[in-house]
Amino acid sequence: MAGAVAHAWSGANARKYEDSAATREPWLVKWTIITISLAFFGFFLLLPLVAVFTEAFRKGVEAYFAALSDPDALSSIKLTLIAAAIAVPLNLVFGVAAAWLIAKFQFKGKQFLISLIDLPFSVSPVVAGLIYVLIFGAQGWFGPWLQDHDIKILFAVPGIVLATVFVTFPFVARELIPLMEAQGREEEEAAVVLGASGFQTFWHVTLPNIKWGLLYGVILCNARAMGEFGAVSVVSGKIRGETNTMPLHVEILYNEYRFSAAFAVASLLALLALVTLAVKTYVEWRAAQSFKDE
Amino acid sequence: MSKAARRVLPGFNLSLGYTLVYLSLLVLIPLAATFIKTSALTWEQFWQVTTTPRVLASYRLSFGTALFAAGINAVFGLLLAWSLVRYSFPGKKLVDSLVDLPFALPTAVAGIALTAIYAKNGWVGSIIEPLGYKIAFTPWGVLIALIFIGLPFVVRTVQPILQDLDAELEEAAASLGAHRWQTFRQVIFPALLPALLTGFALAFARAVGEYGSVIFIAGNIPLVSEITPLMIITKLEQYDYTGATAIAVVMLLLSFILLLIINALQGWTSSRTGRDR
Repeated sequence: MAGAVAHAWSGANARKYEDSAATREPWLVKWTIITISLAFFGFFLLLPLVAVFTEAFRKGVEAYFAALSDPDALSSIKLTLIAAAIAVPLNLVFGVAAAWLIAKFQFKGKQFLISLIDLPFSVSPVVAGLIYVLIFGAQGWFGPWLQDHDIKILFAVPGIVLATVFVTFPFVARELIPLMEAQGREEEEAAVVLGASGFQTFWHVTLPNIKWGLLYGVILCNARAMGEFGAVSVVSGKIRGETNTMPLHVEILYNEYRFSAAFAVASLLALLALVTLAVKTYVEWRAAQSFKDE
Repeated sequence: MSKAARRVLPGFNLSLGYTLVYLSLLVLIPLAATFIKTSALTWEQFWQVTTTPRVLASYRLSFGTALFAAGINAVFGLLLAWSLVRYSFPGKKLVDSLVDLPFALPTAVAGIALTAIYAKNGWVGSIIEPLGYKIAFTPWGVLIALIFIGLPFVVRTVQPILQDLDAELEEAAASLGAHRWQTFRQVIFPALLPALLTGFALAFARAVGEYGSVIFIAGNIPLVSEITPLMIITKLEQYDYTGATAIAVVMLLLSFILLLIINALQGWTSSRTGRDR
């Protein structure tokens, strides 16, 4: 997943393998492999996607839009947008700073730092939620102090934002680090030597080079931010109309056996996932184009 | 060299400081909280909390199904990556884009979709349940969900390595009289192995901690189909913060070990292929 843009490829070059006797398989082997892998893909990946939209429209278009315009659904959509609107820019700034540090400078402990940045990827979302309960919960480190000052973090918007920031922490950085490392630092050094300020160098030299990778990192970060379930469910308290994000609203509807409504809200999230993948494909294509131009 | 570079480009101190502060505040200090909270327990207490029969059953389920799912994904992920790199077929671009679906689709959405498919009246459930098989609300359901979320990890780690593999090696093998299967086993597969193991480990690491896509289809029957992350949630709902944290520490330690293994594997991949990860 990391470095999709840095490793952009054009899918058309399978010809080169198929045209040479040394690198191709017999016709029967080829089509057996394709059939098995596509069957696996269709059964495990495509089927759930199709199921979301089928179930969403099971009770008709009217029921679908009724489920989406329900006040609780609307408030969950609003909260999801708010959480993403705060978490994504925070991780965007961090991602750019961390990638600048790691790609443009040599220093001790760099590999260790990269591992630490990756850490949230390998922490269970439930544990990610738990850590903020331990800090801000009623029995937590700051719990009593927060209560005295009437500040709500847990079971309120700030807690949801914190959990979202944690789970989407590495996305932008992971996308930018390999890309910026591959580009080296000669262009920036030239700009600085010619008298550009640090900010000018970043804005006019670095940013145009990394814009596609940055866009992809942001869109992936956003998809995960809007879709996060485990971490957010621990810190949200699931107060309907107040601290329910879209995925939590899906869960509540589902547990109340309001399946069509649950899938209607879920279909919005599935649509977001498809848009994310479309942008990713476009970005890879653009990166491959610019690679060809050079 | 490094000192000179540091002097030419600005922003070293700023970006280092910012990165470290942000990382510490949001990730490191909160994670340390789990260990500090758990240190209030004695060893015996810690051991007792983390090895009750119900928790032990959840480890067996989480680790067992995660391992099984990662194994299945390693086999079929390799086949899929092979098809995408080596063959042309209609709809390939679309398949290639959709492989990342589990990264982009919210886990709760995947969870309810899989449950709908495998439940008694679903597309698959309605066919197999009359035959006496049950997938939804059993450990098999957990396995299906973990296969779903793990597949792109294997495909996306193997694919670029396969892409960069020098075709001349295979031509050399063929010209020396190797059969195609021999070439695969003795030339291609050894080159892919580090990446394949990395993908396997990534899929496993993700599967062990997975929550959203699993809890709907698992049925969450104590001792049978409860995953370890659910045990944490259950303890939290009973206001047993210490118990929840102790189990979280077990999971975190496993994550750290896996992270070390994955880093070593990635180092092996880049030394084998000469490419940076």
